[in-house]
Amino acid sequence: MGVKQVVKGNFATAVAAKLARVDVVPAYPITPSTLFPEQISQYVANGEMDAELLLTESEHSAMSAAIGASAAGARVATATASQGLKLMSEMLFIASGMRLPIVAAIGNRALSAPINIWADHSDTMAERDSGWLQFYAENNQASLDLMLMAFKIAEDHRVLLPAMVGLDAFVLTHTMEGVDVPLQEEVDEFLPPYEPVYTLDVNKPMTFGSFGTPAHYTEFKYAQWEAMERAREVIDEVFAQFEEKFGRKYEQVSEYRTDDADIIFITMGSVSGTARAAVDRLRERGIKAGVAKMVVFRPFPFERIREVASKAKVLAILDRAVSQGLSGPVFADISSALANVSDRPLLMDFIIGLGGRDITFKDFDDMAEKAQKALKDGKVEQEVNWVNLRTELLGGE
Amino acid sequence: MASDELFVSGHRGCAGCGMATAVRMILQEAGPNTIVANATGCLEVMTTGYPETSWKVPWIHAAFENAGAVASGVDVALKKLGKRDGVNILAFAGDGGTFDIGFQALSGMLERGHNITYVVFDNEAYMNTGIQRCSSTPPYASTTTSPAGKVIPGKQGRKKPIANIVAAHDIAYTATATIAYHGDLKKKVRKALEVNREGKGPAFIHVFSPCPTGWRYPSEMTVELSRMAVETGIFVLWEQEGSDPRNRKISCPPKEKRKPVEEYFKLQGRFRHLLKMPDIIEQIQKEVDEKCENLMQ
Ligand SMILES: Cc1ncc(C[n+]2csc(CCOP(=O)(O)OP(=O)(O)O)c2C)c(N)n1
Ligand SMILES: [Mg+2]
Repeated sequence: MGVKQVVKGNFATAVAAKLARVDVVPAYPITPSTLFPEQISQYVANGEMDAELLLTESEHSAMSAAIGASAAGARVATATASQGLKLMSEMLFIASGMRLPIVAAIGNRALSAPINIWADHSDTMAERDSGWLQFYAENNQASLDLMLMAFKIAEDHRVLLPAMVGLDAFVLTHTMEGVDVPLQEEVDEFLPPYEPVYTLDVNKPMTFGSFGTPAHYTEFKYAQWEAMERAREVIDEVFAQFEEKFGRKYEQVSEYRTDDADIIFITMGSVSGTARAAVDRLRERGIKAGVAKMVVFRPFPFERIREVASKAKVLAILDRAVSQGLSGPVFADISSALANVSDRPLLMDFIIGLGGRDITFKDFDDMAEKAQKALKDGKVEQEVNWVNLRTELLGGE
Repeated sequence: MASDELFVSGHRGCAGCGMATAVRMILQEAGPNTIVANATGCLEVMTTGYPETSWKVPWIHAAFENAGAVASGVDVALKKLGKRDGVNILAFAGDGGTFDIGFQALSGMLERGHNITYVVFDNEAYMNTGIQRCSSTPPYASTTTSPAGKVIPGKQGRKKPIANIVAAHDIAYTATATIAYHGDLKKKVRKALEVNREGKGPAFIHVFSPCPTGWRYPSEMTVELSRMAVETGIFVLWEQEGSDPRNRKISCPPKEKRKPVEEYFKLQGRFRHLLKMPDIIEQIQKEVDEKCENLMQ
C-alpha cells in the first residue's frame, strides 16, 4: 500500500496530478492554490515528473491552453480559486461544451468584493452551471483521492466532461494532515492512460469548436446533458473500483447517524468533520441529529438526497455561499430535488462560514435550536437564516 | 489544383473577403502538416457552420481573446506527446482579437517563446459583430460605433502599431503583408514557419485584409485596395528579425512615387465624409509622409 505522509491539501492534489502522469499543467498563481503549480514546478525541475508546465499570463489563458492541450490529446490538470476561477469562467463552459476531460483542483475561496482570501464555496458554486463535474473534499486524503478518481471519471468515454475538486481554502489547502499517498504502480493499475476519441491530428484533420446554429445547438447541449447523467453511474463504478484498490470508501453522499434522525445537517467540504462531532454532542443532549455530506454536487445526487430526506423531519442545509436574492445554492438545489416528493421534510437554509468565518459547535447548537422550533411548530418561519451574524456591525434602523 | 487546397470553397465569407484570400494563400504555403488555432470572428463564423467546414487541416476555435493561449496549449501538448516535429502551429485572429481583447494572450505566447506563427487578419474593425471601431481602426474611419457625425468625423484616436509592439517582444521574426503582394506574403509565411521549425520561437505576421462590407467598396476592388494601401504608404510592408528596428527591411514607395492618400480614401464609404474635409486629409497625408520618411531612414 501507499506511503503515509503529513502534507498540505495543495500537496495532495499536486501529488495526485503527478501520480496521474498528467501531461500538461497550465497554471497561474492565486491564494490559496499557488502551492499546486509550485509543487508541480518542483517535480518538473527535479525530473520527478515528465510534464509540460505552462505558466500563462492569466487564468483565462491557463484554461484556454488547457483546452488546446486537451484537444491535442494530453491529460491536463490545473488549479485555481476564487477570482482566478471567475476569470476562467468563460473558458469553463467551452471546455465542457467541447467535451474535454480537464481536471482542476479548486482551493475554495470567497469572491471579492470585499476581497477575501479565506474559505467558502462562492467560487465553485458560481460555476455550478458550467458543465463541470463537481466534487468537494472533506480532508486532504479526499483531496488526493478525488483528484485521482476525477481523471478516471472525466475521461470515461461515457462521460468526457471536465471535473473540479474543491478543497476549502487554508482549512485544507494549507493544513498538514496525514495522507496515504498511493504508490505509482497502484495508480497506474487504477488509472490507465487517457485515450481521447478525437484529437488535433494532422493525419486526420478535424474541426473543433465550430459554429452551432439553432439547427444543432440544442442537441450539443442535450448530448452534454446525457453525458452528465451517465456520469452518475460512472462515479459509482469508479468509487467502487477505488475502494477495492485502495481500501478507502467514497459515496456521492455520506451519511452519519441519520437512520433515526429528526434533524439532518447537509454539509459539503471541510465542515463535515465538525458537523459529525457536533451531532455527537447534540445526541448526548437527546437531540436526534445526523449529517449527510455531499461529495458530489454535479451531477446533483438527486436519488441519494431523496433517500436522506426520507429519513428526516428537518433538513438543515449548510450553504457556504449565497445566491443573492434567492437563498444558498445548495438549499435551492435540494428544494428542487424534493419538489415532487409528497412526504418531504421541512427545509431550512443556513448561510454559514462565508469568507472564512469559523463554523463552531455553538453554530450547530443554534441551527439545531431553530430546527427544533420548526419541528415543534410544524412549519418553517424563516427559510434562509444567516448564522453567527454580527448584528452589531450592521447599520441601525 | 482545387483538390490540393487546404482552405476550400463553399464558406460563407462575403464576396471579395480579403481575409479568405489571405488564409488560402497562407495554407498553400504552410501545407497539410499544420494545425490552426482560430479566434472568434468572421473567419471562424464563416468557415465552420456545423456540420460543415472549410478546413482541411486540424482546426480549433475556443473563444475570442485567446488564440495565442489555445495555440500554446496545443504546442506543449504535442511536444509532450512526441508529435510536435514537422508540424506547423498557426494562430489566426482578427484585429480585434489581437490588438484589443486578445492582446494579453498574444503577449504571453510571445514571451513564453512558443514556436508558433501568429497571423492577424487586419480588416480594421470588429466586422463579425457589424463593423464597430477597435484599436486597429484608422483615424476618422466611420464605423457603427464611430460614425461620421455632424460634430465628430469618425474614429478618434490612432491605429495601434501592433507589429512594432510585437517586434518589441524581441521575437525572432515579425512581418507585415497583404494579399496584393501574394509572393511577398507567401515568402513571409515561409520565413515565419522556418523560424518556428528552427526552434527560434514565435513569429508574427500582420496581414492587411480589405473588407468590402465594412469599408464599403465594390467587392471586386479588394486586391486594388490592398495594393493602394501600400502604394499610398498607409500600410507599409516590412519584415524584421529580432527586436532591433535597424534590422527591419522596409518596402515603402519613395515620396515621388507615393500615391496621395485621398485616392485610397475616395474608394471607400467609410472615408467618404473626409472628402469634404481637405484639412483632415492634408493632416493625414502629412502624418503618412512623416511615418514613411521615419521608417526609411
Ligand atoms: C469575450 C467576447 N466579447 C465579445 C465577443 C463578440 N465578438 C465576436 S467576434 C467580435 C469581433 C471580431 O473582430 P475581429 O477580431 O477584428 O475579427 P473580424 O470579425 O473583424 O474578422 C466580437 C466583438 C465575443 N465573442 N467574446
Ligand atoms: Mg476585424
